[in-house]
Amino acid sequence: MYTWSFAPILQASDLFLWGAWITIVYTVASIAVGLVLGLLLCFARLSGIGPLNWLAQGFQELFRCTPLLVQLLWIYYALPLLLGFDLANWAAALITLSLYAAAFYAEVFRGGIVSIDKGQSEAGSAIGMSNWQVMRRIVLPQAIRRMMPAFINQSVTQFKNTSLISVISVAELTYMASIVNGQTYRPLESYTVLAVLYFAILFPITKFADIVESRTRNGH
Amino acid sequence: MTSVPPQSARETVLEARGIVKRFGAMTVLHGIDLSLTSGEVVAIIGPSGSGKSTFIRCMNMLEVPDAGEISFRGRRVGPKFRGAGDMLGLGELRRHVGMVFQHFNLFPHMNVLENVIEGPITVQRKPRGEAVDIAMDYIAKVGLAEKRDARPDQLSGGQKQRVAIARALAMQPDALLLDEITSALDPELVGEVLGVVRGLAEQGMTMVLVTHEISFAADVSDRVVFMEAGRIAEQGSPERILHNPDNDRLKTFLARFHG
Repeated sequence: MYTWSFAPILQASDLFLWGAWITIVYTVASIAVGLVLGLLLCFARLSGIGPLNWLAQGFQELFRCTPLLVQLLWIYYALPLLLGFDLANWAAALITLSLYAAAFYAEVFRGGIVSIDKGQSEAGSAIGMSNWQVMRRIVLPQAIRRMMPAFINQSVTQFKNTSLISVISVAELTYMASIVNGQTYRPLESYTVLAVLYFAILFPITKFADIVESRTRNGH
Repeated sequence: MTSVPPQSARETVLEARGIVKRFGAMTVLHGIDLSLTSGEVVAIIGPSGSGKSTFIRCMNMLEVPDAGEISFRGRRVGPKFRGAGDMLGLGELRRHVGMVFQHFNLFPHMNVLENVIEGPITVQRKPRGEAVDIAMDYIAKVGLAEKRDARPDQLSGGQKQRVAIARALAMQPDALLLDEITSALDPELVGEVLGVVRGLAEQGMTMVLVTHEISFAADVSDRVVFMEAGRIAEQGSPERILHNPDNDRLKTFLARFHG
């Protein structure tokens, strides 16, 4: 019978806390960069300019149809060989996570925008609004509300995906758990604490997403 | 603000010349001419698929014609939002020519007042106080003053359409385009909307209305235009068109209503 002992793990609680902090930093940073890039991609897709649309779509498919882990390994180990310079692991991690987020966010934004009835933009145009005014005043406020649940969902996934950057030795939460495991030889406790920490952070966020979603569905 | 031209000066407000519109391989408008003088009410009737709605949407360039031109007060309307040289921009055309749609198209994220002040504030750059005064004037005119804070989803179809009319009027347009504005309404709600349109006609508002309400068209309009397969088949005074038609297709079309 296995005897659980969390005492050695708790002694390493500063490692877990630091790891959780790093995970949050990478999540927030990659969401922020991904948001801006995602918006640009989305507007490129909707621009009606052929080459711009194809370029943006190609980028999206590339990042949506390969595993994040493979992207991470390729950008960290392969890309520097191609370009002839070194890429620090933190930079490779941030770049990959951000590009990955951008590809998915762009699709969330695009879906939200095209779901708004064409009559809405026509009504805006009919009172003399420019395309930009129609987008800013009429389409985006409605689209943002509609895309919110999908956006939060994607961001929750993004938080979990940061665990993959441990394979290139970025000292986030999952990496710290394997350090603690190495020091204590207690994988059961180390990885249980790891799972509990992810859950404790994400559960409130998914609950919040549910509330947002039900409010969206009820029209407010 | 907008100067109302004297009734005697019957100048042309909006004019369509040779409007052709194709959707893919299908030609839906085969060169339509129509001019609208100030204070005139023109009703466009015709069977479904005759191109009535496409044509009225060409008049404010929501549909861009494949050939022909629209001019507003003698100025040709260009293809771009901003005017250039002699060409009038789409933005300016639409500031002067309002439109009301079959499906209302109210902005669901704004209340009644916000829907109506949106144009004056965002497009005409009026100060908020002034925009609210103008908007409340028209909201009261369509009988919805007590609904100013209601959301569109709290209104009946007839109320929504009256707000949509107030939204178009708040731009103080020179002409209004009404595109089958009662077609999506329950029969018992049609009257309240037509009542508002009748009031506008009596006050001399220049209007083009596409409608299936034949007797209303006869009642309120100065001229009835009968469209058929993308062409104007017949036009004239309501009395002549509706009670003494020459055109066989028009006779067949009207028989359905008199039936």
